[in-house]
Amino acid sequence: MRVLTGNDLKTGDVIWWTGEGWSRHVDDAVDAGEQAEQTLAAEEAALRVNVPYVIDASREEDGSVRPAHIKDRIRALGPTVRPDLTLKPKDPEAIDWVI
Amino acid sequence: MYKYDQYDQAMVDARVAEFRDQARRRLEGSLSEDEFKPLRLMNGLYLQLHAYMLRVAIPYGTLNSEQMHALGDIADKYDRGYGHFTTRQNLQYNWIKLEDAADILADLSKVEMHAIQTSGNCIRNISSDHFAGASADELVDPRPYAELMRQWSSFHPEFTYLPRKFKICVIASEKDRAAMRLHDIGVQIVKNDEGEIGARFYAGGGMGRTPMIAPMIRDFVPLDQLITYAEACLRVYNRYGRRDNKYKARIKILVHELGRDEYVRQVEEEFAHMLDQGVEPPREELERIKPFFADPDFEDGPKHVDRSDPDFALWVDRNTNRHKHDAYVSAVISLKPVGGIPGDATGDQMRLMAKLAKQYSFDELRIMHTQNVVLPHVKIADLHALWTQLEAAGLGAPNMDSIEDMIACPGLDYCSLANARSIPLAQRISERFDASGKTEKLGELKLKISGCINACGHHHAGHIGILGVDKKGLENYQLSLGGSEAEDTSLAKITGPGFTEDGVIEAIDTVTDVYLQSREDGERFLDTYRRIGMTPFKEALYG
Repeated sequence: MRVLTGNDLKTGDVIWWTGEGWSRHVDDAVDAGEQAEQTLAAEEAALRVNVPYVIDASREEDGSVRPAHIKDRIRALGPTVRPDLTLKPKDPEAIDWVI
Repeated sequence: MYKYDQYDQAMVDARVAEFRDQARRRLEGSLSEDEFKPLRLMNGLYLQLHAYMLRVAIPYGTLNSEQMHALGDIADKYDRGYGHFTTRQNLQYNWIKLEDAADILADLSKVEMHAIQTSGNCIRNISSDHFAGASADELVDPRPYAELMRQWSSFHPEFTYLPRKFKICVIASEKDRAAMRLHDIGVQIVKNDEGEIGARFYAGGGMGRTPMIAPMIRDFVPLDQLITYAEACLRVYNRYGRRDNKYKARIKILVHELGRDEYVRQVEEEFAHMLDQGVEPPREELERIKPFFADPDFEDGPKHVDRSDPDFALWVDRNTNRHKHDAYVSAVISLKPVGGIPGDATGDQMRLMAKLAKQYSFDELRIMHTQNVVLPHVKIADLHALWTQLEAAGLGAPNMDSIEDMIACPGLDYCSLANARSIPLAQRISERFDASGKTEKLGELKLKISGCINACGHHHAGHIGILGVDKKGLENYQLSLGGSEAEDTSLAKITGPGFTEDGVIEAIDTVTDVYLQSREDGERFLDTYRRIGMTPFKEALYG
């Protein structure tokens, strides 16, 4: 699947395109398909995302979304060396998902 | 230390107001990201993996208690309770909101700090010896000259759009504690045969994807020509540096391609042309600056500590540096606790260090390029009280210059340029070597870890260097040996094929075993490597 990501303009938070808006949670991401570039341009122009781009990802059996590259998996979760600052601070296996 | 005059303060305040307006226009949409990016970078504001990152300048690594306290407050108020001290003697905040950035700059301005020229293709924050003004082995305090160069290079209109970023280092001792020859320009304050103080210039050093050691380009520049000569060096680079290729745009490539002698010829020609053009600031300005760096009122006192507490004695042996006054030392506060993140400090820790500096070090602190903090002037009589408070706050690790005192860049955990993570390696290595007790046996061993070829972790200059690379989507680590950023500057050589994360940790264990088996009396790891060469290490690693 092709997933859209970028940063929130005001806060810098990593965000993912849900088909209707933007979420901080990668599992909310949808396949943007062939509309990806068009959506990016429109959303960036509307100031709803900053420095957006398209990545490859896969939908796992449990419904979660896994970016293909480790850099985007770290973006999706947070720094692996500060589990307390990730989006899943209470999940001890979250770091394993990145690697 | 230097205090702003009305011009300094007015310039910084004006920049804050200017940036506030630029950020407002970006948030309102009247500036695009393409338009805004160079403006925010001029104010140290990057967009990194997780958020905006703000890099705060700490000129030549010197700051006072009020400033360190303010850095801690900013960490708590605007970030997530911590900051990261860098190999450029600066501080980075990792979780900044664009809507807060101007307020942070305003808070910094109140304590005479800013983030100007911490990014972009300009002259960056000038670095220096972290023991400047304190060390027993320096000729003079290099900071007045660094400050003069800071003033010259701040907002210099001719050097705002250089071919690439430009880093200057100023030291004043034969011992190089600041990686001087790995800078675009390295300045060593020296004394000539006539007993006059002047500056020795090196140019064209650097790390990154093409590491080079700067050759000396002039043995002695009189102090009343210091800025003119520096400007001549910059002018030649600004005119002929490669603007067509980002990867060949640093001055090291120009000096290398022209050859040292031709570069020198052009600089000398420009220098001669400029000498009577009034480029040099009046000598009175240097004389105005010097008193800011005058010695504090040192007092006589005990010259030895009570060594009955072995933990304290170990910390004194490892983490203090000889001072020019024999009743004092410079004390290194390690930001490398076992298993910790090199260079990170919490807001509370910053405020504690500020308090301790006020109490024990004439209100002064220094940031080391090795990502630690120095209290430059501590009475030997006060050392135990200082150490006790550091220990209680997790800041008492006795590991300066050991394998546990590694440099590590933020790596792929934070940095959008990185290919691999650096910090987890640092954490695992310090835990492993501390647990095995091997750190003590190894003595001085400088380990440096970079998460990409840009070499912010100085891996080229590590006795042992690690470079993280992307190998088909997986983190992989190249190992290199034999680098040094000290006065015996050398560049490390790659051992061979790279390793996984687990593999490179085993590899470090292996090469340190080779050292322990091969070393002769008094040899550091680097000395043994230079004597026996790469072959025994490669054989042990790859068979």
